[in-house]
Amino acid sequence: MSYTKRFDGRQFEELRKMEAKVGVVPSAQGSAMFKIGNTVAIAAIRGPREVRPRFMQDPTQGLLRCHYNMMPFSGHGDRVRPGGGRRSKEISMIMEKALRPVINLSDFPNAMIEVHVELPQTDAGTRCAGITAAAIALAHAGYEMKDLVASVALGKVGNQIVADVNYDEEAYEGEGGSTDIPLAIVPSTGEVTLLQLDGEVTQEELKKIIELGTKVAGDIFKVQQQALKESFKETA
Amino acid sequence: MNREHLLKALAKGVRYDGRKLDEYRPIKVEKDVSHSAEGSARVTIGKTDVIVGVKMGCEKPYSDTPEEGNLMVNVELLPLSGDRHEPGPPTEEGIELSRVTDRGIRESKSIDVKNLCVEKGELVWNVMVDACTVNDDGGMFDAIGLGSMAALQNAKFPELEDGVVNYDKKSDKGIPIDRDPLPVTVYKVGPHLFVDPTIQEQQFADSRLTISVTRENTVVALQKGGPGPLTPQDVDTMVGIALKKAPELRKAL
Amino acid sequence: MEKVSVKNRDVVVPGEILATGMGFVPGNGTYREGDNVRAARLGLMGVEGKVIKLTPLAGPYVHQVNDRIIARVKDILMTGWRLDTNSAYSAVLGLAEATSDFIPRGADLKQYFDIDDWVICKITKVTSQKLIDVSMKGPGLRKLIGGRVIKVNPAKVPRIIGKEGSMISLIKEGTGADIQVGQNGLVWIKADPEKDPKVEGAIRMIEEKAHLPGLTEKVKESFK
Repeated sequence: MSYTKRFDGRQFEELRKMEAKVGVVPSAQGSAMFKIGNTVAIAAIRGPREVRPRFMQDPTQGLLRCHYNMMPFSGHGDRVRPGGGRRSKEISMIMEKALRPVINLSDFPNAMIEVHVELPQTDAGTRCAGITAAAIALAHAGYEMKDLVASVALGKVGNQIVADVNYDEEAYEGEGGSTDIPLAIVPSTGEVTLLQLDGEVTQEELKKIIELGTKVAGDIFKVQQQALKESFKETA
Repeated sequence: MNREHLLKALAKGVRYDGRKLDEYRPIKVEKDVSHSAEGSARVTIGKTDVIVGVKMGCEKPYSDTPEEGNLMVNVELLPLSGDRHEPGPPTEEGIELSRVTDRGIRESKSIDVKNLCVEKGELVWNVMVDACTVNDDGGMFDAIGLGSMAALQNAKFPELEDGVVNYDKKSDKGIPIDRDPLPVTVYKVGPHLFVDPTIQEQQFADSRLTISVTRENTVVALQKGGPGPLTPQDVDTMVGIALKKAPELRKAL
Repeated sequence: MEKVSVKNRDVVVPGEILATGMGFVPGNGTYREGDNVRAARLGLMGVEGKVIKLTPLAGPYVHQVNDRIIARVKDILMTGWRLDTNSAYSAVLGLAEATSDFIPRGADLKQYFDIDDWVICKITKVTSQKLIDVSMKGPGLRKLIGGRVIKVNPAKVPRIIGKEGSMISLIKEGTGADIQVGQNGLVWIKADPEKDPKVEGAIRMIEEKAHLPGLTEKVKESFK
């Protein structure tokens, strides 16, 4: 049987309910929470500070370092052992690559800017929620950025292309299986700064997937913008 | 020189934020904040913010305690939460927080681990409490202690199907909690004693005493920290403060 | 067609289109991309004729010559002092710039500035690699004795100081406090312990509401 109706009743191109808020970590220079469905990411910006280890210093510009971490109770099923492993190392690295192209750090030679992303609860799409939250937090911290970065996990479930896969869809075992495609987009240019794929698609399908990703990234961008502006509204 | 200034203020009985010496910042406890966990709570005391989650798993018991499940409490001082907390293996500060929180809950027999036995010698529950700091503005011991108790109260066993945990189904059965001790940490700077420091105040403290207090007004765990010594009179006064403040914290639960 | 898409003094975010048309000139905090002028950071929109610019609402401190900053002595060197400037970069205060007194060879430098002393000083030099020299020579530059130091958002420092120091004067008058504001986002407060919370409260309010109208009135109100 093919995947004709989404497990949670959404339209194929429909994202889960989103929510974003800045300033959730008051001790940080900038911070943001981004929620999409049951996946929640909190991002905080620390720095600029001296780069350690020293050999990693870049005398021409600042270094962006990301730290992705799932809280031990945030996984589906078993406890996630704290301390991080190869998975969180890799995700941290690809997050850096996803965010770096939009930020100008030329004012901060030899220094580093740290982005800490924590997930208190998850339902797939964690790296994408992390990037989306981190982009808001970097803007909130006041860094020079040509744009935000909006990120979402696309999927091919059975033979159906869908936006924003959740855990149930990721685990789909019907005919065609499940393909997971995390994507990050610079909204103003449509440039892709994160692209991974785990599964199987044709060239034609991939084209459609990126088109859909670019389209829905616009909706995420709106939520990001809103969160930043909202925080400066006068509160009674 | 900030320390001198703090001493002056405390001598007059006021804090940087206008509080009295034995006054907590506003305390808020919100339960069920992580759908991934079997139980969770978020505690804010002023700007200090902690999320605590409980995970449960099933295991074969240790052979010397065939009827006992396991309870473990751990604290993650996340680099997200403060400039002082850097990525990497747990620091002494983080380990002390973990051990003190663990002692307050586990050693005080808050939970009878025999109640975590599914089948003697075969299957027992493992209850793992993880406290994660979101924003560190001081007073972490008390926030984490309160959050851990709140998360345990909020926890529901997942369904067990043929000895395998089905995390998608939560039962309505909670963990039997026998007592709910809460830590109150009293700080000392110069001759002054005060509770719930902000991060600015905390850095100048000479010493502190974390006192876990039960509903029956007994003390079930202690930890003296910081470089400065305490006199027996100090200890007595500090315990007095803790006994007075604990019911206030308990009200927030 | 040429048009400005955002109202003056509205909050704008990175990437947002501020104006369309080749006639507009991208100023501070903005950039041109094709036909559009876009925001390059979080800020308040500003239109001045054809120039589109932003007033930043946040941002890390970037050292500039002639800035007055508050710093803490973190090390004593052979030839001066190393200062922590609340940033990734430390500054050096050389012997010749430390005081108008003659410092004899081999003098104990501690008697001038000791570790953990706070000073308000002026930046005299910044290299491209952010080696920073500071001086204590100038009006109002001095060691800050007593009091305490709080961190604020460096982008809000101009508002905390106010036009020609009007806002800071207001707080001083309202509380009797001695206050120094460093461009690097550190504020030194020396006040009676009873007044201390009011001083910090007023500064935090300016930080939060710097972009809103009627700020002066709100600050006045807070001392009542």
